[in-house]
Amino acid sequence: MIIADHVHKVYPTRQGDRVVLNDISFAIDRGEKLGILGRNGAGKSTLIRLVSGAEQPTTGTITRTMSVSWPLAFGGAFQGALTGLDNVRFISRIYNQDYAENIDFVQDFTELGLYLREPVKSYSQGMRARLAFAISMIIEFDCYLIDEVSAVGDARFHEKCAIELFQKRADRSMLIISHDTEYVRAHCSRFAVLHEGDMQFYPDFDQAYAQHMVNLHS
Amino acid sequence: MTTLSQLATLRRSAAIQGRVIYALLMREILTRYGRHNIGFLWLFVEPMLFTTGVTILWTLSKSVHGSSLPIVAFALTGYSSVLLWRNMPSRCIGAIEPNLALMYHRNVKAIDVFLARLILEAGGATISFVTLSLFYIYIGWLEPPEDVLTVVGGWLLLAWFGGSLAMLLGALAEKSELVERLWHPASYITFPLSGAAFMVSALPNSVQKYALYIPMVNGVEIVREGYFGNKIHAYYDLPYLVGCCIALTLLALAQVAVVNREITPE
Repeated sequence: MIIADHVHKVYPTRQGDRVVLNDISFAIDRGEKLGILGRNGAGKSTLIRLVSGAEQPTTGTITRTMSVSWPLAFGGAFQGALTGLDNVRFISRIYNQDYAENIDFVQDFTELGLYLREPVKSYSQGMRARLAFAISMIIEFDCYLIDEVSAVGDARFHEKCAIELFQKRADRSMLIISHDTEYVRAHCSRFAVLHEGDMQFYPDFDQAYAQHMVNLHS
Repeated sequence: MTTLSQLATLRRSAAIQGRVIYALLMREILTRYGRHNIGFLWLFVEPMLFTTGVTILWTLSKSVHGSSLPIVAFALTGYSSVLLWRNMPSRCIGAIEPNLALMYHRNVKAIDVFLARLILEAGGATISFVTLSLFYIYIGWLEPPEDVLTVVGGWLLLAWFGGSLAMLLGALAEKSELVERLWHPASYITFPLSGAAFMVSALPNSVQKYALYIPMVNGVEIVREGYFGNKIHAYYDLPYLVGCCIALTLLALAQVAVVNREITPE
């Protein structure tokens, strides 16, 4: 389970403190899939970083009693100067995994071939997305945090991602944020809308979507 | 029972941190030295070139150092010590920024980034010092150290001083870029004051007391005492040096904790 309890997040800016998340509480059960809608800058990525533990809330607590992935995004969590293989090695070391097995999987999934031996900064966005996704799949978590994986890559990549995430790991918890509302609808069982620091929950997609549309055009 | 389970948790955390630091260390070696020409050998070849260059310069200019020691021995102990404590802060200032992407992994913390760089820097300076010592002893420019353990002790104290200073400055640099701007001039100005280029015994009596207020001077004196034994008269204040290191370490850990709390991965 993941429990967020009265979480506040404030970022200092030149114009004074800006409250990004204002007193947010929720829980994600084992196997539950929560989708979050919100406009640009609503704090969706901030929320996912807080849940992952990469960043600390200003006040409030987040308790994790199951293993939680890092935020799976199409970039990030990478060292640009290192090669694809070096990045696989790095992640394998951090999470105490067998490196050789992981290489096979990554080669197979990304179809990057020789590029795996080139620095990641020379990759195209699509190639980076493939590598990032493959690396996130080499470690098994109880809960995956998914930040816009559907935004880049071609149809084939999307199909492969869907198989890995939603078929092979159908029993896991997920926290999904995306501007692709259809993606959220298709894969989540509970929905929330994040707006001006506030998070509202909706049992069905249509209500959440309607509220999201109101926020978008307000 | 609870203490036992606490111990188990502690052991698990230590194992994780060990893995993270090792991973960062390997990453650091690759990004810094790459796979070109001699690769990570630069780690200690670079400080060796530095020390050798300074040794040659000081020998040619017959530098006045106010003691009867051979100039080679003087330069080796002095300049190696400078490299040890001065390079660590330089490497830790701005260490967080290029590693921000890795902080997406919750187990990678600011302190791990610092520790990995410190181990690398101290390792390079140590290998360089040992290799050059052995080489100079082999070709007869240098007598073997009188007391190896004292050399090791002084060296470790200097490393502790450099490491804690580095973490403190590295953490403070996240808050203000002034730290980076000021460290460069400060590290140059402290070089002649650091004891690398003089022995305290060669200073006027009235100045000696003040020289020992500079922590590095004490460390270098201990290294030299170990190296030259009673051929020289070393002045140092061990409790003062250890006290400085403890104070710097506590300050550094407090500041690193603040950085940890405020960090925002890319």
